[in-house]
Amino acid sequence: MILDPMVVTLIEALVKTIVVIVALLTAFAYLTLVERYVVAKIQSRIGPNRVGAIGGIALLQPIADAIKMIFKEDFWPAQADKIVYTIAPGIAVGTALLAWAVIPLNPSMEIFGYHVDFYIANVNIAVLYLLAISSLGVYGIVLGGWGSNNKYSMLGALRSTAQMISYEVSLGLALVGVLMISGSLSLVDIVQKQSFIWNIVWQPLGFIIYFIAAVAEVNRLPFDLPEAETELVAGYQTEYSSLKFALFYMAEYINMLTVSAIASTMFLGGYQGLFGILPGVHWLILKIMFFIFVMMWMRGTLPRFRYDQLMGFGWKVLLPLALANIFITAIVMVVLGK
Amino acid sequence: MELIPFDFLAGLAVIAALGVVVLRNPVYCALCLAGVFVALAGLYVLLSAPFLAAAQVMIYAGAILILFVFVIMLLSPRVDQGAGTLKWQRPLAIVFGFALIAELVLVVALAVLPSARGPYTPERIAQIGSTQAVGASLFTDFLLPFEITSLLLLVAIVGVIVLAKKRQ
Amino acid sequence: MLTVNHFVILSAILFSIGAVGVLVRRNPLIMFMSIELMLNAANLAFVGFSRYLQSIDGQVFVFLILTAAAAEVAVGLAIIVALFRARETVDVDEANTLKG
Repeated sequence: MILDPMVVTLIEALVKTIVVIVALLTAFAYLTLVERYVVAKIQSRIGPNRVGAIGGIALLQPIADAIKMIFKEDFWPAQADKIVYTIAPGIAVGTALLAWAVIPLNPSMEIFGYHVDFYIANVNIAVLYLLAISSLGVYGIVLGGWGSNNKYSMLGALRSTAQMISYEVSLGLALVGVLMISGSLSLVDIVQKQSFIWNIVWQPLGFIIYFIAAVAEVNRLPFDLPEAETELVAGYQTEYSSLKFALFYMAEYINMLTVSAIASTMFLGGYQGLFGILPGVHWLILKIMFFIFVMMWMRGTLPRFRYDQLMGFGWKVLLPLALANIFITAIVMVVLGK
Repeated sequence: MELIPFDFLAGLAVIAALGVVVLRNPVYCALCLAGVFVALAGLYVLLSAPFLAAAQVMIYAGAILILFVFVIMLLSPRVDQGAGTLKWQRPLAIVFGFALIAELVLVVALAVLPSARGPYTPERIAQIGSTQAVGASLFTDFLLPFEITSLLLLVAIVGVIVLAKKRQ
Repeated sequence: MLTVNHFVILSAILFSIGAVGVLVRRNPLIMFMSIELMLNAANLAFVGFSRYLQSIDGQVFVFLILTAAAAEVAVGLAIIVALFRARETVDVDEANTLKG
């Protein structure tokens, strides 16, 4: 049975997409559990240990949470704009998932004589695509805040949006250093060039800037003023319940996974192992888990930034540092003749 | 074969553009404009300009439109009041619109296009990457416009800050 | 077979829709959005020609237009906000204090 090559490519892309999405959704479910355990450990508590517990770890807890959330009352705020109110969480999750289309998961392999590439698409402007998708992610928040027809939601959404677009600039500039070293915008090329030495060795400052900006982009502590429980009720998520709230929640965790994956790919070498030992998707998973753990660790320990401190930090500290990083990288590259 | 994505994206762009012009609620108009931008980005990819497609989404849909949505949310949560104060204005505008389309199509159909004259064939652009091609041209042939554009951005930033200040 | 005419005619249609939008709508924000639509139509024509004349100049030009449009939108929206902040209606026909 010989199929038309275009059909084969389509089927291949579809299968890969489904695998990635299913993996991400499962990861999201268990990430909520991991978060509760990590935060509990930091706060000297035990954390959930009843539902489907195996040795004190509640493995069915995410399923219980999901069922609870689905059965909550699905209300519509009065005079809320129905279309906007409904599509906002969809946009948030959609843009969070879209970024995974370009991340390389495993070096290309030959399985049964058939060449398999472990990425969904090798776009030669992959980094720009990632930046574009992350700037589209703001829409989910701003539309969610506006569609709720609630002043607190809108204020929270505006603050969150302003924070996200401010830190997006530093995020992009921090990645420019890596681009200068790799000479290519394609993530597959960037990972292949890190087969011996990871980019963090050449770009330590860029890495720190990227990580701080990424935590601000995802609205995690210490940058989570727009959705903190003690401020503005719950920000743009105030008027959302049951499935729509679950979608926003999912979008936030998948965003965390996405920025961790981008940090791993651009700075820590993606699927490349230490000194090139045994490259594979297991290394990528380890690195992503490391970043997720650091984010949860920060959540458990650091206090929250005030809004003006947050914006001042983004524009007056992080942006000049990112520009200085580019400058220094350029000088070093010219001097060393790389 | 190439025609299918073009038809789809072109149809999407035209319908979204009509949505911008026809819909009453300003937020819906902004969302339709986002649709136009994304459709155009797709068309740029068809035209071997992936760098521009990403830049279009990043700048237009990701920054300019957000600004629009901000201002819409702050200024007019109300629905647009209605058409112009002059009754015959709208039909006349639509007639002018059709006249404009007819005129432009006529110009295009009668024009004799010059033959290809540059070195950047689509194959070459795919080979060296459209980003590199645009960048090389930007920093050599178009250096003066590039510098002037950066000056323009500085002027815009200063102007906006002055305009947005509250009177004391 | 995709020729340059396809893209230029599409650009013409989008441009006309934008022009009609500026003429018909009274809300300044939607008028501004129609102007952006016209700019995008011009961008499409540029990129179309750039591809069929096999020159990169069209793409560079579009990049510069993108930047200029961003600056223009920022300043334009600041003006609109400053102008309509104190008024109740958002209708350009009401902004006529300079009328003799």
